[in-house]
Amino acid sequence: MALDRWVAFVILCAALAYGYAAFFTMDASLPPFMQRNPIWPSTFPKVLAVLTIATSLFILLGFEKAPESDQEPDIDYRRLGDYHLGQALTLLGLMVAYALLLRPAGFLFATFAFLSCGAFALGERKFHILLPIAAIASFIVWYLVDEVLGIFLRPWPFFI
Amino acid sequence: MIEGLLNGLSAAFSIQNLLMVIAGCLIGTFIGMLPGLGPMSIIAIMIPVAITIGDPSAAIILLAGVYYGAIFGGSTSSILLNAPGVAGTVASSFDGYPMARKGQAGKALTIAAIASFAGGSIGALLLMIFAPMLSTVALLFHSAEYFALMVVGLSAIAAFAGTGNVGKAILMTLLGLVMATVGEGALFNMPRFTMGLMDLQSGFSFITLAMAMFALPEALFLVLNPKRSAQGASGKIENLRITREEGRKIAPVIGRQSIQGFFIGVLPGAGATIASFLGYAVERNIATKEEQEEFGKGAIKGLAAPETANNAACTGSFVPLLTLGIPGSGTTAILLGALIALNVTPGPRLMIDEPQIFWAVIISMYIGNLVLLILNLPLIPYIAKVLAIPRNYLIPFILFFTLMGSYIGQNNATELLILVGMGICATVLKFADYPLAPLLIGFILGGMLEDNFSRSMQLYDGIGFIVDRPMTLGLLVIAVLLVVIPSYRARRAKARQEGVAEGD
Repeated sequence: MALDRWVAFVILCAALAYGYAAFFTMDASLPPFMQRNPIWPSTFPKVLAVLTIATSLFILLGFEKAPESDQEPDIDYRRLGDYHLGQALTLLGLMVAYALLLRPAGFLFATFAFLSCGAFALGERKFHILLPIAAIASFIVWYLVDEVLGIFLRPWPFFI
Repeated sequence: MIEGLLNGLSAAFSIQNLLMVIAGCLIGTFIGMLPGLGPMSIIAIMIPVAITIGDPSAAIILLAGVYYGAIFGGSTSSILLNAPGVAGTVASSFDGYPMARKGQAGKALTIAAIASFAGGSIGALLLMIFAPMLSTVALLFHSAEYFALMVVGLSAIAAFAGTGNVGKAILMTLLGLVMATVGEGALFNMPRFTMGLMDLQSGFSFITLAMAMFALPEALFLVLNPKRSAQGASGKIENLRITREEGRKIAPVIGRQSIQGFFIGVLPGAGATIASFLGYAVERNIATKEEQEEFGKGAIKGLAAPETANNAACTGSFVPLLTLGIPGSGTTAILLGALIALNVTPGPRLMIDEPQIFWAVIISMYIGNLVLLILNLPLIPYIAKVLAIPRNYLIPFILFFTLMGSYIGQNNATELLILVGMGICATVLKFADYPLAPLLIGFILGGMLEDNFSRSMQLYDGIGFIVDRPMTLGLLVIAVLLVVIPSYRARRAKARQEGVAEGD
């Protein structure tokens, strides 16, 4: 089964859960005075659930065939291993680490580490250029956001 | 109208707003030049900055400047590297790149700049004429018609997604609508579908979603496939002049394509990409025999046509945004989101309630086009140096800016995890060839769609409003036809291929 139909399958499952919530569980807590309204909070989700389930079934069952294009796609997911998958996953991991570290480690350190590790993962080895650039960029961004735009960003780790 | 125009003039010519236009155009040109980053990603990255400015006219002027700059920058990399940064400028590389190969890169850039300038300015003129007319009509609309109009817009976007993709585009739109129902709505003060998570109480943040849908997958694609950011040797760019004869040759092309491009841009779902391809095709078909031979080998007409059309279409896409509050493309959808975040609701009331915003935007379009022409043309040889930034530095910075953008909006680190999660989903969707813009448009329109639907349900005490109001019914019929006809035609074409006899 092609990836697009798998995606349709996943969306179908999500839509079924969504529809179940809209049809069966949401209205239980509805106060009586709202029940006299022609529209309930669940009305629109019900419509959406039905339409989404229908459309995802339409794709899942293969009613719609994309025309075979001879153009090579940008990235063929069937040969994902041929690309720099490791680098992409490392960067995603770094982003998660950044999200978790941003508060405790402070903006300046987290950003500096993210930028230099990111470039390192992509194959940069000229540290005498990389490290100063990462440090200066972190400081400039912090200055612009915190001082110029006035949005608070904690610059230092929590223990300082 | 004159009063509004003067108001807009004084607003647009304030020092702050002039700086905004210039900054926006420069930033847009810089980033738009980088292959793989489209105007949607750039605008998404710029939104937190725009929102913090606080003044809605300044913010939208900045974002509109970024939009123009991005399209212009995209054409620069199309011409110099054959690596379009923006889908709307793919057609510019057909003739622009051969010209650059022939050593006429300077001339090609000049033609691109002039064509963009003319397309954008004529587009702004048409916008000034048509937007007030449309918004007068739109004032007669009730919530029922708005609901129907939004359904038409959404289905038009799906219908333009191309053969074999209509179903996928519809599914993405619906997914966007579903995501919009998460959190607390305006009409019902109860949380829906939050799964008990506090972080989802106010729904998904649209900036995070925009970053996750556009900037993040594009950056990941750059990582996965280094060829996408292929860097050519950008030689010296000189000889920017064009002769009078060449000017005479492209003038009619520019005239025709400004008007055609503008009206294509007005249609929901069409936008700059379709306008530029169509402009190229039309000009090739009406050119003389000898000129047709040249198309694809460096014809100046073949470069002027898509360049004019895509800029005119950008301007045209502001018409539905400003008059109806309904975005026709991903980019204008992001602009709409930014405006709502700034407490401005675009729509027919915009011209009455806040004319200075409306007119300041239009005036700044002229200024933006001028800035692009005056500032960028002499600077192009230097700006093109951006193309030499090594990707080892570029990619971490792009990722960092997406993270920053969604963090600044919410000041919440959980938002970053949501961003990464949705970014991975978006990348998978992109692998599977699902269009992502409909999802975002659906998400942004979702809230308004439901509000208008609920309002008409309450007014008419039930679903009766669809039949009671002929205009609503008519619009909904159009919406259904838009979706059904392309798939019907595709099916018939397939049947014909298989040798099935065709009914009369």
